[in-house]
Amino acid sequence: MALKIIESCVNCWACEPLCPSGAIHEAKPHFLIDAKKCTECEGDHADPQCASICPIEGAILDGLGVPLNPPGSLTGIPPERLQAAMAEIRAR
Amino acid sequence: MLELKVINDNPAPSKKGGCSAGSCGSNDEQMSHLPEHIREKVYNHPCYSEQAHHYFARMHVAVAPACNIQCHYCNRKYDCANESRPGVVSELLTPDQAVKKVMAVAANIPQMTVLGIAGPGDPLANPERTFDTFRQLTEKAPDIKLCVSTNGLSLPECVDELVKHNIDHVTITINCVDPDVGAKIYPWIFWNNKRIHGRKGAAILIEQQQKGLEMLTARGVLVKVNSVLIPGVNDEHLKEVSKVVKAKGAFLHNVMPLIAEAEHGTFYGVMGQRSPNKAELQALQDACEGDMNMMRHCRQCRADAVGLLGEDRGSEFTLDKIETMEIDYAEAMKKRAVVHAAIAEELNAQAARPAQKNDIPAHYRPVLMAVATSGGGVINQHFGHAKEFLVYEASPAGVRFIGHRKTDLYCSGGDTCGDADTALQTSIRALEGCEAVLCSKIGYSPWGELEAAGIQPNGEHAMEPIEDAVMAVYKEMIAAGKLDEAPALYGAGNAA
Repeated sequence: MALKIIESCVNCWACEPLCPSGAIHEAKPHFLIDAKKCTECEGDHADPQCASICPIEGAILDGLGVPLNPPGSLTGIPPERLQAAMAEIRAR
Repeated sequence: MLELKVINDNPAPSKKGGCSAGSCGSNDEQMSHLPEHIREKVYNHPCYSEQAHHYFARMHVAVAPACNIQCHYCNRKYDCANESRPGVVSELLTPDQAVKKVMAVAANIPQMTVLGIAGPGDPLANPERTFDTFRQLTEKAPDIKLCVSTNGLSLPECVDELVKHNIDHVTITINCVDPDVGAKIYPWIFWNNKRIHGRKGAAILIEQQQKGLEMLTARGVLVKVNSVLIPGVNDEHLKEVSKVVKAKGAFLHNVMPLIAEAEHGTFYGVMGQRSPNKAELQALQDACEGDMNMMRHCRQCRADAVGLLGEDRGSEFTLDKIETMEIDYAEAMKKRAVVHAAIAEELNAQAARPAQKNDIPAHYRPVLMAVATSGGGVINQHFGHAKEFLVYEASPAGVRFIGHRKTDLYCSGGDTCGDADTALQTSIRALEGCEAVLCSKIGYSPWGELEAAGIQPNGEHAMEPIEDAVMAVYKEMIAAGKLDEAPALYGAGNAA
């Protein structure tokens, strides 16, 4: 199994130096995880390091495609509140 | 070392509305009270000296993208050229690109004396990029002062490295010293390979910040503490923060207003946390002032800002533009030295001028006045060209700097980004609480609208030193009987 970085990544570099397997590399338009190298940090750390420092909800998925940091888990903003705020801004 | 504390060891009881010498935002008055070795360190640093910020420029290079904590006022979205606030940048630079940019700016803006690394993440969470930049600059541009701004989490482990690179100014953002308050500001930190949420994370952060502060002051590094004023969260608590950091040897405390808009996508913005109004900010700065040197001239600049505080010339130095610039730094250093010497001479001449004695009866109330200046400590800007105004308070005790008011706020996105006010309406609203505005020139139409809003325009003091002109206008107001009866416009609750 391997983790995956998707397009919501903001290229902040926080994860890259933490990866014990050297599986993360800079790429355009966003950073990528080499699925062959990724161990999900098993044997090195209790928690996957990239997903533990990533500031963007939903940017890192597990092997099943489930976000490790689901909406609301990092910012504390309830997802429905965020949607309402975005709808209000679009309506201006 | 501990000598830093002498600045304010015997704070004079602060007369309301007066300038308690030695604690009013590091102005001329205060500068002359500083021990020589500290004066030497701050006289040309625009972010540490109110006086210096009229003359000297600074720049930030955005080499540090990663962060190790989350703050409720921050969102890791970059690249909005219209926004000016901490943490926002347009172009992330490698250390090599940053060094080239710094040298290009130094050669073209000789009054640029300070290079800071302030993000867009946390510089000390990117130690390799941050220290590589410092290492190269120490070698290639020895006439530039280096400084860094940090959330403090990794500070203790970086102190030795900072001292090695001769970094003698460090800013730590400290919003609280109580983990219960911290839990409302910091949702998580990354610490020892784990994401730690809530109060527990905040407690570790606070401990690291305080430890880092103590280690730096013990090594003689000048420390400025930045705090974000968040109404209902840490407003009262910041008085305690000010006392604590002063006791540990911090040199200057900079309380900044929270910036929170829903469109920034931050927790506070989306959840409707309000920002403080100008009166609340000033009241808190005044309350902390008895204990601590307060900074009031901060412009909350971007992590890639270039120029005098309040201006941003970053667009003149984008990567593609600096690629084509040929820089002879040895030659530039000569030119810079001449410019720096001329400014130092001007500052010395000002310091040598005897303080003017005001024979104004003490019963006259203080008055706020706005000033349009493009630098140099004089009134030299056209009203309509001012992107911001400096606000001074005149009172029988003298003139003191209060803060600045932006006319284009932190977003210049125009109609698409909010209310479509006219520029003049925006300026008038920004000047709320001020009773006069001093500028080099002003058009006929704004003159009338300002007067109608109770703000007297004044173009009579063009090219005069700001503080002399403000005092002169105050005396004119007294002579004209304007302060005999009229109630102060400036007081609790009227500033939005």
